[in-house]
Amino acid sequence: MSNLWLVIRREYLTRVRRRSFILATLLTPVGLALFVVIANAVFSYENDDVKRIAVIDDGNLFQGALPDENGLYFRFVDQPLNELREHPEDNRDFSGILVIPEVTNPRSRNFRVQLFSDETLSIDAQSRIKRRVADALRDYKIEALEIDQSTLASLDTDVNISVRSLTATAEGESDDRSMAAAIGAGIGTVMGFLMYISVFVYGMMVMRSVMEEKTNRIVEVVISSVRPFTLLLGKIIGVGALGLTQVLAWMIMIPGLLFLVGLFFGLDAEPSQMPNSPDIDPEEMQSMVAKLAGGLSDLNWWLILPCFILYFLGGYFMYAALFAAVGSAMGDDMGESQTLTIPITIPVILAFYIMMAAIQNPNSSLAVWSSIFPLFAPIVMPARLAFDPPLWQVALSLVVVFLFAALMVWMASRIYRIGILNYGKKSSLKDMGRWITAKY
Amino acid sequence: MTDLSSAPVIEVRNVRKAYGEKVAVDDVSFAMPPDAILGLLGPNGAGKTSLIRMITTITAPDSGAIYFSGQPLSGYHPRQIGYLPEERGLYKSMFVGEQLLYLGQLKGMSARDAEDRAREWLAKFELEGQWKKKVEELSKGMQQQVQFIATVLHDPKLLILDEPFSGLDPVNANRMRAEILRLHADGTAVIFSTHRMEQVEELCEYIVLIDHGRNILQGKVRDIRREFNEHRYRLTYSGALPAAVGERHHLMNPTVSTVDIQLAPGESSNDLLRSLLNLGVQIQGFQELLPSLNEIFIKRVTRLDKSATPEPRTATTPSAHANH
Repeated sequence: MSNLWLVIRREYLTRVRRRSFILATLLTPVGLALFVVIANAVFSYENDDVKRIAVIDDGNLFQGALPDENGLYFRFVDQPLNELREHPEDNRDFSGILVIPEVTNPRSRNFRVQLFSDETLSIDAQSRIKRRVADALRDYKIEALEIDQSTLASLDTDVNISVRSLTATAEGESDDRSMAAAIGAGIGTVMGFLMYISVFVYGMMVMRSVMEEKTNRIVEVVISSVRPFTLLLGKIIGVGALGLTQVLAWMIMIPGLLFLVGLFFGLDAEPSQMPNSPDIDPEEMQSMVAKLAGGLSDLNWWLILPCFILYFLGGYFMYAALFAAVGSAMGDDMGESQTLTIPITIPVILAFYIMMAAIQNPNSSLAVWSSIFPLFAPIVMPARLAFDPPLWQVALSLVVVFLFAALMVWMASRIYRIGILNYGKKSSLKDMGRWITAKY
Repeated sequence: MTDLSSAPVIEVRNVRKAYGEKVAVDDVSFAMPPDAILGLLGPNGAGKTSLIRMITTITAPDSGAIYFSGQPLSGYHPRQIGYLPEERGLYKSMFVGEQLLYLGQLKGMSARDAEDRAREWLAKFELEGQWKKKVEELSKGMQQQVQFIATVLHDPKLLILDEPFSGLDPVNANRMRAEILRLHADGTAVIFSTHRMEQVEELCEYIVLIDHGRNILQGKVRDIRREFNEHRYRLTYSGALPAAVGERHHLMNPTVSTVDIQLAPGESSNDLLRSLLNLGVQIQGFQELLPSLNEIFIKRVTRLDKSATPEPRTATTPSAHANH
């Protein structure tokens, strides 16, 4: 068995069975599911606050029909207001009395209703009552002013921007790209964020692995059998495989758990989460879903997915190598050496912010240049992929990323081979620079 | 075949190694006969570890060459070397057995071979029950034994032990010494590197003395001692020492019952004994005083320092400043 394989296997196996790894892999999705359950419970909490409202509809505006909704119950009463107010003991179960006067002037743009209540009514309840009255008033006015309903409806025009490719011909393909920007932004954010997290989490893991061997003093025994370069490469690949395992486990567990949670708690996302949103016309909704699906399937997944994996690998190797180099230069005291990681974390964080900006303006020169600059490209370019960047940019950026990743691995191995044998104190960045060219 | 087996197991030729400005190993040469025990001696920082790292191919010499059994040292040779570094440790969270398997396989053993040998060695150290234990659960002494097993597991032709007894309790040190001698009897060549010269004095047939990166003395321990023999004898006597002894011989370090006597040039130990008998000394013991390696080292260093003054030792090869 080759030594590289042995190193990869050890790095992977000793980590994958660690309790902390198993817990993190299992508990992250569980925590996420728990979060969804709790968040949902919080959002739907108001439901148990029941308000009964007595309605005195002098103008017969509602014509006796005011449907209940979500904790608000309406009952029409015939008694006059004074009577109701004088005998509160008779109507304990009302938390308020809504008095709607007659409509005197249909052309008036103001209308005042009165609500008598000893309790303060929530903003939500108030706005719901307001909307009900406004809707009823609208219908009443249409009738009173003798406006044709369909004429009125035609006044509201729904304007859509249909973005079409300038170059693509209309052959067969539906090239309605109106959703493309939104979809691109969504997918871009997810991809960029995934890159950012994995670079940090698994890069740090490689660094700790290097430091562990150095502080345990096992490394000199190992490199008397394995070339430092092989050991470093094995570490990066082994931890990378571990990261892939974890991400895959999450990709299976998170949707599965969310599905189960939805099943058990009967979470029906739409109505409870957007209580105030205006009712969406179901037809419009359907066409939006269709557009979304169309937009998703129109995306060039044959380019996006392989590219994402390539950027993932390139970015991971690049940053893991840098973290490994820093880990090898660290002293026995991890705390004081932490500052050495700053030069690595700054470009990662910068890239993350540039990624956010690039999603807003995927073809700005900032976005274009950062997606070719090797330290930023692995995070910025995946976010741009959904916006159909020119192919030459993708190709150039991939070449640059891989050349740079190879350069980083080589450079890291130069630092590593000296750093791991420098016991005790942490080394400076200047030392590390010197080691790159030093003979050994 | 005979040629190969009689070739020095390690031959170091004019090896030089510098780290930046600091010259760690400076023009060192020596040859180590097969199945010998060689002591690589010198104070801390003399360059022993730097030299060993080159022999184990962890680093490469700036100039000069190293031969393993007559062949130029290459990437294959570490599999025939077992190296116990001065800074040594184990993977704390790995199981003992698993760890030995890993290190054995890195040396090119098959998994089955490595397991058989590891179990054998663990039994030898009465550690059979520890196979499934994590290293961090073992006592320090046990960890050191596991480290030693990891070093010899693959049956190396050459064993390099850097400060092997440091931190070992006497029981473990003796056990390890016994195992090393047994391995040596089975034909393993051993290099001991230490600054505690008295520790290996009785173990080594050959020594290489290193100071400031330079090889200042080498050869068979017996020959070196003879060379540095100052012809002193310790006399143990009873009664009073006749005054005439002091007049005729050069006496040193007198105590109540012993005195050291320096032979005069041309005088033999028999001459001295005869003279003492004639003078009526009540002899209880008579013993040649051989210098310890420590004394030889100090003597050698001071002698070199005197002779080095007119000719500074930094003036070596022209390549000395090549990589600045």
